[in-house]
Amino acid sequence: MGADVKPLRTAAEAALIARFQAAANSLPGDSATGRRRTEAFDRFEKTGLPTRRIEEFHYTDLRALLRDAPEPAARPDAAVAATVLAHNAAFPAPLAIPSLDFVNGYLVSQPPAIAGVDIVALDAALAAGDALTGRIGALELAQDNPMLALNTAFMAEGAIVRVSKEAGDAGLQLRFANAADAPFSSAPRVLVIVDDGASLDLIETHAGASGLAYQVNAVVEIIAGDGARVNHTRINAEGDAAQAVSTLSVSLGADVRFSSFGLTTGPAMSRHQIFLGCAGEGADITIGGATMLRGRQFADTTLTLDHAVPNCNSRELFKTVLDDESTGVFQGKIIVRQHAQKTDGRMMSAALLLAENATMNNKPELEIFADDVQCAHGATCGQLDDDLLFYLMARGLPRKQAEALMVEAFLGEPLEFVAREDVRDNLVALVEGWLAARG
Amino acid sequence: MLEIRNLVVDIDDKRILNGLNLTVNKGEVAAIMGPNGSGKSTLSYVISGKEDYTVVDGEILLDGENILELDPAERAALGVFLAFQYPLEIPGVGTMTFLKAVMNAQRKARGEAELTTPDLMRRVREAAEELSINQEMLKRPLNFGFSGGEKKRMEILQMALLEPKLCILDETDSGLDIDALKIVADGVNALRSPDRSFLVITHYQRLLDYIVPDTVHVMANGRIVRTGGKELALELEANGYADYRQQAAE
Ligand SMILES: Nc1ncnc2c1ncn2[C@@H]1O[C@H](COP(=O)(O)OP(=O)(O)OP(=O)(O)O)[C@@H](O)[C@H]1O
Ligand SMILES: [Mg+2]
Repeated sequence: MGADVKPLRTAAEAALIARFQAAANSLPGDSATGRRRTEAFDRFEKTGLPTRRIEEFHYTDLRALLRDAPEPAARPDAAVAATVLAHNAAFPAPLAIPSLDFVNGYLVSQPPAIAGVDIVALDAALAAGDALTGRIGALELAQDNPMLALNTAFMAEGAIVRVSKEAGDAGLQLRFANAADAPFSSAPRVLVIVDDGASLDLIETHAGASGLAYQVNAVVEIIAGDGARVNHTRINAEGDAAQAVSTLSVSLGADVRFSSFGLTTGPAMSRHQIFLGCAGEGADITIGGATMLRGRQFADTTLTLDHAVPNCNSRELFKTVLDDESTGVFQGKIIVRQHAQKTDGRMMSAALLLAENATMNNKPELEIFADDVQCAHGATCGQLDDDLLFYLMARGLPRKQAEALMVEAFLGEPLEFVAREDVRDNLVALVEGWLAARG
Repeated sequence: MLEIRNLVVDIDDKRILNGLNLTVNKGEVAAIMGPNGSGKSTLSYVISGKEDYTVVDGEILLDGENILELDPAERAALGVFLAFQYPLEIPGVGTMTFLKAVMNAQRKARGEAELTTPDLMRRVREAAEELSINQEMLKRPLNFGFSGGEKKRMEILQMALLEPKLCILDETDSGLDIDALKIVADGVNALRSPDRSFLVITHYQRLLDYIVPDTVHVMANGRIVRTGGKELALELEANGYADYRQQAAE
């Protein structure tokens, strides 16, 4: 044992360690995959669940928040899966887009047949030693993240999606639904590879039963080749007692047009981490978010964007509306490497506090090592404008309706990032539903 | 229609309205003139129900009902309309979306059926045409990037669409060029009716050449200090407010 100081483990950490030791040999994949799992778990074990002492988790102490680590749920049978999906739809109006469905973290649907799109189940791909599994976890930038490492250690359920140019303008939904009799944990992982010149609308929705304390640690990775176009929309409408950690890891080739928009509204606690690396010049990046919180909800969005090559544009706009005693966190870091000249990066986070006891923590940062760049960031935190409220009420809008109009106007801008009308209509409906529930 | 009795209003312990009495009859157009800071805008806000003020004493009756306990939306539903001295911009809310929301909110409050979108569009388009507001403006967010004069015309457009009982115009003429002034005055005159009253706040006699008032009130130091016919406006134009400042201070 020597003189090593062993950190004290929480019940959750101890459970994860025991679970990994017990499961390591039965998880899918060859010995190389096994080594990756062990490395990843070692990385996780070094820090344990992240605490405030890790800078990126300064506002979100997952060690304190994730007090236990419930066992994964049993794999649901087809009938149960269908019921769970039917009762936990994130969108009010279903989309006419093929979907891959997950229930309680398990892939439960047959991959849809889409011309030019290959989809394989992750566990099968790992077991078969599919070459594409070598592209999992490739983004250096995200390497040290303990929650991503934890997902990598246990990865089994999920999918690998490969979109070729022949697919034309392809669309795919990833629908995650959660409901069970008892709390459980899940750690699905999806890798989406969009080939050079290919195009994909990816709509990722998460929903779950209310009153159920389940934990999610989900990862979606996107690798976009040169000249690809990817529009990603993510809805976090998990159940109100859920704790949802998620990672979006994005690697972009040259001249990619990439946009990602995330709406967060459901869970008791969420931490969404976005890592984006530009590997090729000329990428055009838009990342937006709208978060609506009430009660004692807590939501953290943490973005790390690495401009490692010249001539990329990025726009980031995050809006957070906070009611009651909710807490929001936005951390955004834009890194511009020394040779990444002509980078144009603009990041803004704006929060609207609807109640006195709501709190927003905003931390936008720029780390610029190049000299010929245009970068800016800003953060605001305000309340509804009384004069504007009076103006609207003097026109006859009752207070709640006037406030709702102002909140919708506040959230409207990032919603415009979503190009598909059917998706945007659903987002607007979710915003309106949230506002209507304010009463 | 409107009867204000001994209205005393403070803001942050500073007295702004100081025992104000004013009656505006049904169908009457009353003008209020008075020096800067005499409390004209304050009066318009207090009638409309803005919250920042403390009503220390007095009452405001609309058709005999005291409206002081009502919030601005409830007063609007009863037919109070204020055309703001400084209309606000609402980035992110399309003008049409806004008009639909306010028109239907008032209809709902009055127990009337909501307007269909085509019906609404037609009404808005017709009213906009009367006021020389081009359709392109209706596509922008409300008042966003509008010129001062365009904002004032947009206020009158809303007034025309909402068909209020009591129209308060706070310096609607300021910032208008001569052509726009005529357009706005025509718009207001078109709304004159035996059932509708107007309170027109202005600094300039010129507006009253176009919107000819039945009565003119002089306001100084938070109260009405003189009331007369339309010729009073001419007198004020010639002599200024020196006499009234004196009088109110006594
Ligand atoms: N929010 C406020 N806080 C403190 N004082 C205020 C506030 N609003 C108005 N006042 C004061 O109340 C007085 C009356 O203001 P008001 O705007 O009603 O005058 P007005 O007659 O409309 O003037 P103008 O002709 O310049 O438009 C002024 O002395 C003004 O400074
Ligand atoms: Mg004024």
